[in-house]
Amino acid sequence: MGRTLAEKVWEDHVVTRADGEPDLLFIDLHLLHEVTSPQAFDGLRKNGRQVRRTDLTIATEDHNTPTIDIDKPVADPVSRTQLETLRKNCADFGVRLHPLGDVEQGVVHVVGPQLGLTQPGMTVVCGDSHTSTHGAFGALAFGIGTSQVEHVLATQTLPMAPFRTMAVTVNGELPEDVTAKDLILAVIAKIGTGGGQGYVIEYRGEAVEKLSMEARMTICNMSIEAGARAGMIAPDATTFEYVRGREHAPRGADWDAAVEYWKTLRTDEDAVFDHEVVIDGGELAPFVTWGTNPGQGAPLSASVPDPASFEDEGAKVAAEKALEYMGLRAGQPLREVGVDTVFVGSCTNGRIEDLRSAAAVLQGRQVADGTRMLVVPGSVRVSLQAVEEGLDKIFTEAGAEWRHAGCSMCLGMNPDQLKPGERAASTSNRNFEGRQGKGGRTHLVSPQVAAATAVLGRLASPADLTDVPALVEA
Amino acid sequence: MEAFTTHTGRVVPLRRSNVDTDQIIPAHWLKKVTRDGFEDGLFEAWRKQDDFVLNQKAYKGGTVLVAGEDFGTGSSREHAVWALQNYGFKAVISPRFADIFRGNSLKNGLLTVVLPQQTVDALWALAESDPSAEVTVDLVQRKVFGPGVEAAFELDENARWRLLEGLDDISLTLKNDDAISAYESGRPAFKPLTQQA
Repeated sequence: MGRTLAEKVWEDHVVTRADGEPDLLFIDLHLLHEVTSPQAFDGLRKNGRQVRRTDLTIATEDHNTPTIDIDKPVADPVSRTQLETLRKNCADFGVRLHPLGDVEQGVVHVVGPQLGLTQPGMTVVCGDSHTSTHGAFGALAFGIGTSQVEHVLATQTLPMAPFRTMAVTVNGELPEDVTAKDLILAVIAKIGTGGGQGYVIEYRGEAVEKLSMEARMTICNMSIEAGARAGMIAPDATTFEYVRGREHAPRGADWDAAVEYWKTLRTDEDAVFDHEVVIDGGELAPFVTWGTNPGQGAPLSASVPDPASFEDEGAKVAAEKALEYMGLRAGQPLREVGVDTVFVGSCTNGRIEDLRSAAAVLQGRQVADGTRMLVVPGSVRVSLQAVEEGLDKIFTEAGAEWRHAGCSMCLGMNPDQLKPGERAASTSNRNFEGRQGKGGRTHLVSPQVAAATAVLGRLASPADLTDVPALVEA
Repeated sequence: MEAFTTHTGRVVPLRRSNVDTDQIIPAHWLKKVTRDGFEDGLFEAWRKQDDFVLNQKAYKGGTVLVAGEDFGTGSSREHAVWALQNYGFKAVISPRFADIFRGNSLKNGLLTVVLPQQTVDALWALAESDPSAEVTVDLVQRKVFGPGVEAAFELDENARWRLLEGLDDISLTLKNDDAISAYESGRPAFKPLTQQA
């Protein structure tokens, strides 16, 4: 019987296999950031261990970093200590670090692909659940806890329990106003936040094959929101072109050998998935969340659902609690939900294409009175590219705040937070209670919907802006 | 790691599904660089509500948390496990756990027990009618039992053995050092390096 993409990559990394034991897998790339690594380095010190492969390890600062006044000392002393701890750990153990202020600094999942360190067929881990992002290259990439971070630092391997395989096939063509974000939000709403539990999902089908690398990263990024161990997309010409020429991409004969191998990384025609989900891409529409987990979403054109309409008792109770927290009532059209803050950024939607599409909607328009819009590039490189294209000007002229790179309001570990009761349309990945600040309310959206929402001050898609034509300069 | 064999304690009924790790320990607590001192951050937002279960006297000192399905979803933060342990929990029971949370629990000796919703319902009913009732979570027999409730649970044999023995995974892996070195010597030259070692 044939093998799936995930099975092929897994098999190529087995170091030891024994009955009744988890496979020991070799890890090709270990990404580190300041939040989930300090206790791991402490563990190494306590046991007199070294980092086994500093040449397969790289660190950046992202979760805690401020997005304004980055030339000044970090104001929060606890954040500052955590950043300083990472710097000391990297210096002590010989790990490459891109700190705040460095041109390669940024959100860890933006930095890896951008440097060309993420390539097809690799195993990639990081103490961060959104490591699934890297699966867009046909890599097997998963988030790990701090004990596992220590394990990889010490051994460059991980014992991994077996997984099941799921295919999410998206047929047809996505309508023009539907993005990768809408697609993945619809997938999560369909299978639920626990639907992917134990699975590695492979996204496939015509609609997926047509997506750019950055759009593919958006999809794989949110696999964890469906509970999946990882998400993957088979590498193809789009992938190879994205990797080619990047700082750490193979060159010369190595490139040829790599591409030859990468081309084998496709699910065999006779392979069988443990579970299959099929979606008609042509039926999708701009999507937003209304609740407090990423599975509680609906098309923007819909209304807030009535909890009583859920058959499952658990889902009903969860919906009631969510509406209470979100300050929404059943039957309220989503397009009538007013928003205080709009956040564009994160490892889900903080790349250059995301900024371009938000800017295209905002160009010549203004952010609504009483609405605040924050634009936070995923990395310094993304920021520089955006400035070169003049996107920063479009944002600031529209009244948005143009910030420095980092995780920012996605999780509010730095000062970028919602106030209690404030409502946000956010291009990030989690609408959990308090995720973006204590008492804050989050609606997950695409960059286009975020920009249109900023203009109208209520949840909206670009199609709703016909009454607000862009100003054309005389 | 602390070994886990069997534990008897009172149940704290958490009638919620989709308890994500942001609820278990909010992000601002993650700035700490230690593995302890997270107890006050556990369920921080909910603990500000008087009627939250952990604020009720009857459930003070409970050590077995029983929650709805999809417990520990979201962020990979191991701090969620440390916060539960720092607070005093020894075991968590739910119909379904998020994979990363479950793996993190295993590494720290916090036992996660998967039981069907109807058993969870029975445990909730038990704890709500008699908060002083004790249940036993027995990893040796792979059973949970208490007044009127008895249920067997599954856990893969290797994970169970590591928990029972309190084994350090890194030491176990380092016994395979030769195999790791052999694998390394066979890796293709085109794989990227972050720097020259």
